[in-house]
Amino acid sequence: MSEYSAKSLHDGLVAHGLILPTTVQGVFGRSAVFEDVLQRVADLITRMAKDDGAEVMLFPPVLERKTLERSGYLESFPHLAGSVFSFTGDDAQHKELCSRVHHGEPWADLQSMTDVVLIPAACYPLYPHLAGRLPKGGRTVDMQHWVFRHEPSPEPTRMQSFRVREFVRAGSPEEVVAWRDLWLERGLGMLRKLGLPAEADTASDPFFGRGGRMLAAGQREAKLKFEVLVPVISRENPTALCSFNYHQDHFGQPFGIQTEDGKVAHTACLGFGMERVVMALFRTHGYVPVEWPRAVREVLWP
Amino acid sequence: MNESIRSILKEHGRLAIEVETLAEAADLYQAGMTSHASVNVMLALESQFDVEFPDRMLRRGVFGSIASIREAVEELTAGR
Repeated sequence: MSEYSAKSLHDGLVAHGLILPTTVQGVFGRSAVFEDVLQRVADLITRMAKDDGAEVMLFPPVLERKTLERSGYLESFPHLAGSVFSFTGDDAQHKELCSRVHHGEPWADLQSMTDVVLIPAACYPLYPHLAGRLPKGGRTVDMQHWVFRHEPSPEPTRMQSFRVREFVRAGSPEEVVAWRDLWLERGLGMLRKLGLPAEADTASDPFFGRGGRMLAAGQREAKLKFEVLVPVISRENPTALCSFNYHQDHFGQPFGIQTEDGKVAHTACLGFGMERVVMALFRTHGYVPVEWPRAVREVLWP
Repeated sequence: MNESIRSILKEHGRLAIEVETLAEAADLYQAGMTSHASVNVMLALESQFDVEFPDRMLRRGVFGSIASIREAVEELTAGR
């Protein structure tokens, strides 16, 4: 497997029955073998974090719409958000709906906005729950969520719906930055232990529009975002498997999160793109996990 | 031009202190301007002066003080 390309990875995953494509780009099923590897990676992350005292939380894959509105997501990423709409009409409108669907005509205008949106990033459901004073030393939370990004692409590594294992740290700026730096080292170490040629680099988010270019440049200048990258579909443009984001007071301010001494708390999060880690393993070690190098198998199946 | 810049900052900069009291070289981010507010300032400057900031100017530093904003706008409007 010397050639790196989106197509060769896609075809390899499909040929080995690891992903089950649909007619929509970035949306596919996962096989039992794929899921087993993903769960093993999740377990490995759990072992790495076992002494951190992180609180585990789980939210459904939908988020209160007002949380998204408060978070500023639509200012930065309107093009990635997914809002849930549903039918609330009467019998006549229902008949109209069915008729339009039957005739292949647009029917979006017969739906109306609900109170929920799809989770855009795994940490978003948490912030309203951190409101108020944090305990001394802050809080650390551990979550894994399905997230949605509207960015259809033929690259198997760029999905519309995927899982992110995410840790969030809220506390003083010093606590949060030290924690992020610790995890950057852990993330690099973990992926290298899995035989992946991981490297860290500063990064920026895909902010929308011309203003977004300014936000991205500012984010890079201030070194607020780091990624750990591994070649998966390209050697020149390696894929981000983890990202580490220092939000400063971006969430602390709107959600009223305070340190124990009453200052606006800072937050940071780190996320592992679970499917991407799994795909990097398949791309690097082959599509049959029982044939992976023993050292790698011993880490994942201890 | 400084007056126009100050009035845009007053409307879009969401500064924590009075714009009138700011020195030309004062750091606007220190004065409370968030990165999102700086985007709104940038867009308002474009429509006020009928310019389009090129990518190389879409940086934090360019919008960091009244003086640096004025320099950038003057560069784009030079020769008009």
